Amino acid sequence: MVPLWWYVVLGVVLFVIGAGGVLLRRNILVVLMSLELLLNSVNINFIAFGHYYDDFRGQIFAIFVIAITAAEVAVALGILVALARNKSTLKVDEVTIMKG
Amino acid sequence: MDQGFFLLFAAASVVAALTLVLARNPVHSALALMACFLQISAIFVLLEAPLLAVIQIFVYVGAIMVLFLFVIMMIDVREAVLQRFLPGSNLPALVLLVLLGVEMLVLVLRSDRYSVAKPVAMRTSGEVRQLSTTLFADYLLPFEVASIILLAALVGAIVLARKEPR
Repeated sequence: MVPLWWYVVLGVVLFVIGAGGVLLRRNILVVLMSLELLLNSVNINFIAFGHYYDDFRGQIFAIFVIAITAAEVAVALGILVALARNKSTLKVDEVTIMKG
Repeated sequence: MDQGFFLLFAAASVVAALTLVLARNPVHSALALMACFLQISAIFVLLEAPLLAVIQIFVYVGAIMVLFLFVIMMIDVREAVLQRFLPGSNLPALVLLVLLGVEMLVLVLRSDRYSVAKPVAMRTSGEVRQLSTTLFADYLLPFEVASIILLAALVGAIVLARKEPR
């Protein structure tokens, strides 16, 4: 039987790697993919706790997280295509329109 | 038996995630993310959540990753994106990351709330039926809200990616 804290530690490791991708990479596509990784590590924790405490709500919230992630990716990739068409850059440091 | 499978899938997913962050080419990053999602869905099977594993494969590997690959191929990633990735060039973010990881690991490993050795009660069969009953009875309003959010995202993505926004 796998102990619960193994799953939690796996979630922590994947979360830190995804946060590293968000904070360190300068390519918008890779930043978006790292965001997906962050949400997936949260899903692992939801389902692990739901399994170990015999509660369905973990799986239900994981379903909601997946649905919201799908919406977020669709909108973000639409914005990205419009951005690449208008400014022809994919680096986050060069997108400073809203900097004020 | 279970532990061996878990260690195998966890190691493969961590390696795939590191490849995602460290790869120079975004296409390699997308393929590594796909591999990572497959390992995570195998971990969902280990957690006795087969419906979530299938949803993971359909939604992430089937839809989101295809979307990513299409966008990568639409946008020219030839120049300025293929530059070398230096992790040492952003020191405050790196320090913040190490701090975050150490803090979360200490909090998890020093707590005794995670020492539940095995599930509280073994579930009987027909768990997908119970799951859907809970989803459509107790969580009907969030389900409808999620569907409206998906519709809004669909319309928004089409409007944003249109060729001539007049």
